Amino acid sequence: MNEESLFAPGHTACAGCGAAIALRLLLAAAGKNTIVTQATGCMEVVSTGYPNTAWKVPYIHVAFENAAAVASGIDAALKAKGMRAGKNIIAIGGDGGTYDIGFQALSGMLERGHDVLYVCYDNEAYMNTGIQRSSSTPYGASTTTSPPGKFSIGEDTVKKPLAEIVAAHRPSYVATASVGYYMDFQNKVKKALSKKGPSFILVYAPCPTGWRTPSEKSVEIAKLAVDTGYLILWEMENGDRNTLKVTKMPPKPRKPVIEFLKVQGRFRHLIDKPDEVKRIQEFVDAECRRYGIE
Amino acid sequence: MKMVLRGNMATAYAAKLARVEVIPAYPITPSTLFPEKISEFVANGEMNCQFVKCESEHSAISACVGASATGARVATATSSQGLALMHEILFIAAGMRLPIVMAVGNRALSAPINIWCDHQDTIAERDSGWLQFYAEKNQEALDLMLMAFRISENQNVLLPSMVGMDAFVLTHTMEVVEVPDQKDVDEFLPPYKPLYTLDVNNPMTFGAFSSPDNYMEFRYATQKAMENAPAVIDEVFAAFEKKFGRKYSRVVPYMVEDADIVFVAIGSMCGTVREAVKEMRAEGKKVGLLKITTLRPFPKDLIKKYLANAKVVAVFERNISLGFGGAVYPEISAVFVNAGQRPKIYDFIIGLGGRDILVSDIKQTYDIAMKAYADGKDDVIEWIGIKKEML
Repeated sequence: MNEESLFAPGHTACAGCGAAIALRLLLAAAGKNTIVTQATGCMEVVSTGYPNTAWKVPYIHVAFENAAAVASGIDAALKAKGMRAGKNIIAIGGDGGTYDIGFQALSGMLERGHDVLYVCYDNEAYMNTGIQRSSSTPYGASTTTSPPGKFSIGEDTVKKPLAEIVAAHRPSYVATASVGYYMDFQNKVKKALSKKGPSFILVYAPCPTGWRTPSEKSVEIAKLAVDTGYLILWEMENGDRNTLKVTKMPPKPRKPVIEFLKVQGRFRHLIDKPDEVKRIQEFVDAECRRYGIE
Repeated sequence: MKMVLRGNMATAYAAKLARVEVIPAYPITPSTLFPEKISEFVANGEMNCQFVKCESEHSAISACVGASATGARVATATSSQGLALMHEILFIAAGMRLPIVMAVGNRALSAPINIWCDHQDTIAERDSGWLQFYAEKNQEALDLMLMAFRISENQNVLLPSMVGMDAFVLTHTMEVVEVPDQKDVDEFLPPYKPLYTLDVNNPMTFGAFSSPDNYMEFRYATQKAMENAPAVIDEVFAAFEKKFGRKYSRVVPYMVEDADIVFVAIGSMCGTVREAVKEMRAEGKKVGLLKITTLRPFPKDLIKKYLANAKVVAVFERNISLGFGGAVYPEISAVFVNAGQRPKIYDFIIGLGGRDILVSDIKQTYDIAMKAYADGKDDVIEWIGIKKEML
């Protein structure tokens, strides 16, 4: 990958951090005429420890739940000053800051039609505070607030379909992506930024610490999520559901979901429970059918 | 030009005259007329401003922060629960040294829910790092709002300001207001020139993560900015008087020179207290009023100057710091606690949730305070007008 590194090395993310990979890919695709606002979370903490910064573009962090609102203000100010042209505004949040506490601000930004790309790096739990479940945490996953036990299978709800909820706002562009398929992700970033109006990309970003996976396996696991159909990569343009298409088909036949589950410590308690694995496989199959994947 | 304006309209005209570039807002009683009027100005092409129709007060103040960091002049308005919802971001706006100006319709906090006047909402934010000004009438609301931009944007200050005006008593009541000419305002208030912005040609990181190694220094620097503010406020008040002929000061004394008892009050109740003072003076009672216009930074110097010779200071509070008493009483007391000569300072909770404040209430307070003084009492926190039959 030949790129100017706008998200500089020297940040303090864990080895193999999927979110750090996502940010580097994101900025390489967006280029230097970009203003970033970021929600509180791992990526904010590891990249801005005063007096250092990993950001070679203008950057502002305000709070946990308001990245989309801050981005709205930046968009309005640039418009007011006649300086909007030629600049990207990117808001970044983790799944906690986007699915949960920042959900209202995100909806407001989308509905008002701000010319902002919101990127959610999704590692399926509150990793910064120590791996608590979020509404992105998938069924069965063990987190520090959804521990498996005599009366618990781990997380007992299914992952909230955030990108589909965003799609219901009819944004200019919405897509899901994975750090495992970086060309696909970067193409989506470029496409989103080429469109006027609000856009949203959910990028799947493994967390070796929270998922209890080897740090060198993050990209591999991010690919496995797609190849098993566990994560479906799709995009929708111009608020038109007729444009919805899957951008990366899993191989035929699809890999069984157990291959994705068994390499992660957070699912280890499920591996000897065939009924639970079957249940997850059935859920994945149903989702794939909805998107026309065999 | 003289116009008949509600308080909310006066602050909206101030925002227009200040050529505010971005106004993110969310409706709440009794401030809603402000965003309504702004949206009308924008719709008519009278104001070149981005009006961001936010989905909550939290997002409104967050958008203010984003817009201000981008270098725009920014204002908003809110009240009560809305200000409370902004609480988290108020501290961040101040910590990031962003000169946002906000009009607040001072309203009681829930529970029980109540839409009428008291000062609990802004009093609860007195530690947030925002300068606080309080208007007695609509003219003051307009003038203070205009001056707040120049004060906040001064490079020795760079802190946000809130301008309080009493719910309904000011926000909704029509008064004759002198609305300055645009040309004069432009001369008084030049465009905002930020020191740092979110600029792609000069990238900087705003809102960095701070450790125990450096957090205190940021807080110290912000306190120093607050300490710089009184001189800047005095200078801007003087420049305003020179330009527009209306005089302001951080506190306004009325008949305090020879007063045995001085009432301290904030906001629209000052008019009532002044009437009571006039009547009591006619009865031969030596009373006076000290109006507080600037509560943050707290005008310690002027409090000392005007109250040191009084026998009794009676502080009227449209707020209650539950578990203590009114919030202004301990601050005035602190000014004198180490002084040789000091008045007795008594506290009176009054007019919460829009309860009317009458001249007779002020006179009753005088009697209570003078009796407490005669009895040599120290700790007096009295509630005026409580209906004992309801308790």
